[in-house]
Amino acid sequence: MSNVDLGKAPLRELNAMLHALAPATNETHWIVTNPGGKHAIACGVDAPVTIDIEGHVGYYCGGMNKRATILVSGNAGVGVAENMMSGEVRVRGDASQAAGATGCGGLLVIDGNASARCGISMKGIDIVVKGSIGPMSAFMAQAGNLVVLGDAGEALGDSIYEARLFVRGNVASLGADCIEKEMSAEDKSILRSVLKRADLADSVSPNDFTMFGSARRLYHFHIDNVDAY
Amino acid sequence: MCGIVGLFLKQPKLEPELGAMLSDMLAVMSDRGPDSAGFAVYGDGARGRVKLTVSGANEAVLREAVAELGRAVGEDLPATFRDTYAVISLPALKEQQARSSIAARMDISFVGAGKRMELYKEVGLPQRVAQRFGLVRMEGSHGIGHTRMATESAVTTRGAHPFSTGLDQCLVHNGSLSNHNGVRRVLQREGMTFETENDTEVAAGYLSWKIREGASLKEALTQSLADLDGFYTFVVGTESGFAVLRDPISCKPAVMAETDDYVAFGSEYRALAMLPGVDKAHLFEPRPATVYAWERG
Repeated sequence: MSNVDLGKAPLRELNAMLHALAPATNETHWIVTNPGGKHAIACGVDAPVTIDIEGHVGYYCGGMNKRATILVSGNAGVGVAENMMSGEVRVRGDASQAAGATGCGGLLVIDGNASARCGISMKGIDIVVKGSIGPMSAFMAQAGNLVVLGDAGEALGDSIYEARLFVRGNVASLGADCIEKEMSAEDKSILRSVLKRADLADSVSPNDFTMFGSARRLYHFHIDNVDAY
Repeated sequence: MCGIVGLFLKQPKLEPELGAMLSDMLAVMSDRGPDSAGFAVYGDGARGRVKLTVSGANEAVLREAVAELGRAVGEDLPATFRDTYAVISLPALKEQQARSSIAARMDISFVGAGKRMELYKEVGLPQRVAQRFGLVRMEGSHGIGHTRMATESAVTTRGAHPFSTGLDQCLVHNGSLSNHNGVRRVLQREGMTFETENDTEVAAGYLSWKIREGASLKEALTQSLADLDGFYTFVVGTESGFAVLRDPISCKPAVMAETDDYVAFGSEYRALAMLPGVDKAHLFEPRPATVYAWERG
């Protein structure tokens, strides 16, 4: 087990050590203390290791993550797990704006709430928020699944392409071209598998969710709009 | 990008520490705004008297100006000198006369007035600015601060925040307003005057105008949602109040910590990380288009 105290060690040193890890490293468990809201902690890791961060983190924690499991015991600032490729990021507290933005893969679990623009431009990531999400979430979402146990703020899924949005609570309003959709057996099985990966299979039923997605009127060419070109 | 901080104490016990706490918060926000910095502190006030904050080239110039001001209003005026700033205490009834005398002078500038508010701002690194004015030793019930990365107007002392446009009222802003010229013209017709071309001064003037017309701070901020367009996170101080407002799309960052002892605002959590008891504080992000206000009785 490797311990790094960010109260003493420079953040760049920690990130350099994480970036230098070989694919078959034996240093598979890292503990980071005193994060103090610093930005870009454990960004760009590409190794199958577990990183426990004890406290609150600043912007972009776990950004670009590949294969690592990153656990934050406190809150996360703007853009947690931004552009994640694979692996897992779990936040015990709340997440600020743009959680999981542009993520291509992997799983982001937020135990608390996420504020505005959660999952903005998501491209294949799975995001589970146990609390509620703020306004303009899943803006221009392209692929992946956003699962919200609480409520969603205004303009959910504005200009959405092809992601699935599952909300158990209320939705304040839907954005342009985002509509409620019938959940197919396949959608339900996908939801079930995301909940299982978030360790919620036993406590949360897929039947309690409403699914939202794209009406596909905005990004397909329509002959009525020919004059606009 | 700019950094803003605010600290509002709910109990008197931390009052001797206010300046030290605010100073640490401001220094951390240097990364967000290294061009200039400023802060307002709400300290002691005396019944029937007003504190005028003025700036000048150096202490000698300020001492000479204060002495002359004393002769003009007919009494010796107690003043505190801090580097290029002086805070002058004078009878409230003499405020307008003193401000006219200050306006007529070329060597000092009026910065702000209040029963309790003192306001300092200068170009330079925030930590250095805080040191110059001895923020760490200041006491008070609340204070707000700003670190500026200039985008809309030049790096000058006059363009630094906070902006004060009314007695004990001041405002710091992260963002930029897009309709400030139109709003400034409306406010000028209402008799408000402006010292700069800065967008933030218009926001401060707007709130002062609404308060002058009878609105509470909370009401003034609620009405600003309809009248001010652009990106903003505002932190506002009044004689006994403290408020926060973010624009409807929450373009600029904000995080708050609340304990039994204080309410603290930071552009980032880093600015709050060193506050006493922050690990047990209620941490939250102010919601967009929602006014948060605290008042001390």
